[in-house]
Amino acid sequence: MNGVHDMGGMHGHGPVAPEDEKHEPLWHAPWEARMLGITRSMTYPKGFNIDRFRHIRELMPPHLYLARSYYDHWYAVCVAALLNGGLATKEEIKSGHAAAGSAKRNDAARADQVWTSQKTQGIFTREVATPPQFATGQRVRARNINPTGHTRLPRYVRGKVGVVQIHHGGHVFPDTNAHVQGEAPQHLYTVAFSMRELWGADASARDETCVDLWESYLEPA
Amino acid sequence: MNSIHDVGGMHGFGAINAEADEPPFHEAWEGRAGGILEVMTFPAGFTVDRFRYLRETLRPDLYLTQTYYEQWIYIAEQALLESGMTSPEELARGKARAPRREDAMRSDAVWGFLHDRAHSGRDLDDAPRFAIGQRVRARTMQPTGHTRLPRYARGKTGSIVSRHGAHVLPDASAHGKGDMRQHLYTVRFAAQELWGERANARDSVHLDLWESYLEPA
Amino acid sequence: MSQHSHAHDHDLAHHHDIHSELPPDPALRVKALESLLTEKGLVDPAAIDAWIEVYESKIGPRNGAKVVAKAWVDPAYKQRLLSDGTKAIGELDFLGRQGQHIVAVENTPDVHNLVVCTLCSCYPLSVLGLPPAWYKSAPYRSRAVIDPRGVLKEFGLELPEHVKIRVWDSTAEVRYLVLPARPAGTEGMSEERLAALVTRDSMIGVGKVSAR
Repeated sequence: MNGVHDMGGMHGHGPVAPEDEKHEPLWHAPWEARMLGITRSMTYPKGFNIDRFRHIRELMPPHLYLARSYYDHWYAVCVAALLNGGLATKEEIKSGHAAAGSAKRNDAARADQVWTSQKTQGIFTREVATPPQFATGQRVRARNINPTGHTRLPRYVRGKVGVVQIHHGGHVFPDTNAHVQGEAPQHLYTVAFSMRELWGADASARDETCVDLWESYLEPA
Repeated sequence: MNSIHDVGGMHGFGAINAEADEPPFHEAWEGRAGGILEVMTFPAGFTVDRFRYLRETLRPDLYLTQTYYEQWIYIAEQALLESGMTSPEELARGKARAPRREDAMRSDAVWGFLHDRAHSGRDLDDAPRFAIGQRVRARTMQPTGHTRLPRYARGKTGSIVSRHGAHVLPDASAHGKGDMRQHLYTVRFAAQELWGERANARDSVHLDLWESYLEPA
Repeated sequence: MSQHSHAHDHDLAHHHDIHSELPPDPALRVKALESLLTEKGLVDPAAIDAWIEVYESKIGPRNGAKVVAKAWVDPAYKQRLLSDGTKAIGELDFLGRQGQHIVAVENTPDVHNLVVCTLCSCYPLSVLGLPPAWYKSAPYRSRAVIDPRGVLKEFGLELPEHVKIRVWDSTAEVRYLVLPARPAGTEGMSEERLAALVTRDSMIGVGKVSAR
């Protein structure tokens, strides 16, 4: 999706203005910590996954995406997931209370499961039946695709030619997984693009940007 | 400038929601704002290109939320502030400290003004570089200042459809070089060239592009 | 390329529908959300506490610093780290969520690495803990890939002209850890002392390690 989230190469967002590493607090307000905990441990609709999480974030109204702070984005995603999945109603979200007579579940993730889940979750490598199409050192072109759904091919890379640096084996494919249409794993590659290729003749002749791209994002160059 | 205004090809902004019987101004202040921006005295050398550039400097979330005429007010404020024609204090108080000028456009001049803005192309000593029908590529460039080459067209190949003579180059005019002219062309890009093989095979998008935006393909 | 249709994707409508009916203050909204989820049994508040505890006390940049320090003192480990980051980091038991597949990228006199996620905020949590706010911000995400030198300058880092910058845009689940150069003046230091010198910023690529 060509949303506002696809920011690589944009101007106008101002300086990075980083906080000093030694002084930056982990949370800028207590609610941020609660929101992280909620996001990690709440019960999601069946089939929900990390790619769907990212996609729903990308569906935030663009001005809110830009104006709201990071953990407030997580709030927006959780609420949309609950509403869309029928786990809560709009009135319940607004009031902060379960509707009278609504059933209470007893299967929420427990505190004593947290450490193990943090250790074992999030492995996205998968077997792929077909051999890889591309080899390290090969020149490839990122295809010019403009899916309205979720993708991890940023606009600034499309149509550009780079060189495969690493082949990572098979990985869950976000473009289908985000829409609960299956993991459909594909070979994943890191491709290096020169800055000049990406940005034009005024860019550095020396620097590069490396991007992790699934096989269907690429064609031989 | 690769700023939020450059929305061509973006998804996620929702439905268009065209209003039936939309009035020219939704509030009276919008009419006042529109009028101010048309007839106020601008700094010397201020051009329509600088006007557009200043709008592009709006904070991105405000660009998306402020209504159109609110943004015009922002532009007026920026133009006056950056030229020293007003100060933050004057703006905040809404009261002038400097002596009053006597050269504002008069109401009896407005009609003539609005109808006397011919944007005609001129000839240049240099002949146009590109011919009708020629294949050209829009350059890959990332100016941090004003430009009229949208990101979605950069690096794409199209054909020259018409030539318009030499026009003021916005990239220069927005930044103080108000009289630099270049040949202007209409270039046709196939939809599939811009958006990929899933786009309609018959459709095209035409852009008016200055000569320095283009290179032979 | 995906074959699905989005004619029936109603998530957008949910986003648009509700935001205007909720208070702007996120503290109020999160409190209401936690209370609601607790009442419905969709979350256990003790699990929330446990997650907060993980990132406040258990997982942080000290993990990554230990990886770096070990690579500095042990050339065989460094080689393992650079050829298979996941396995080498796994030796120290620092793999985990958002850090199950890690590639270590080495800074040398000629190459400087910088990590970003332009599309969201992907970050090697298991070795660096939670990302700082600036890493997740529009300015960093937009500028790191187009103006890395300008970004580094904001962090007070100016690289010589001849140095090649490699920016890594974390578009997949591969996570990148910069192996910063060991500073001069640290010869003979213990691994523990070296680890204490390694900053989080140096492992993202916006800073260098100094001997302090």
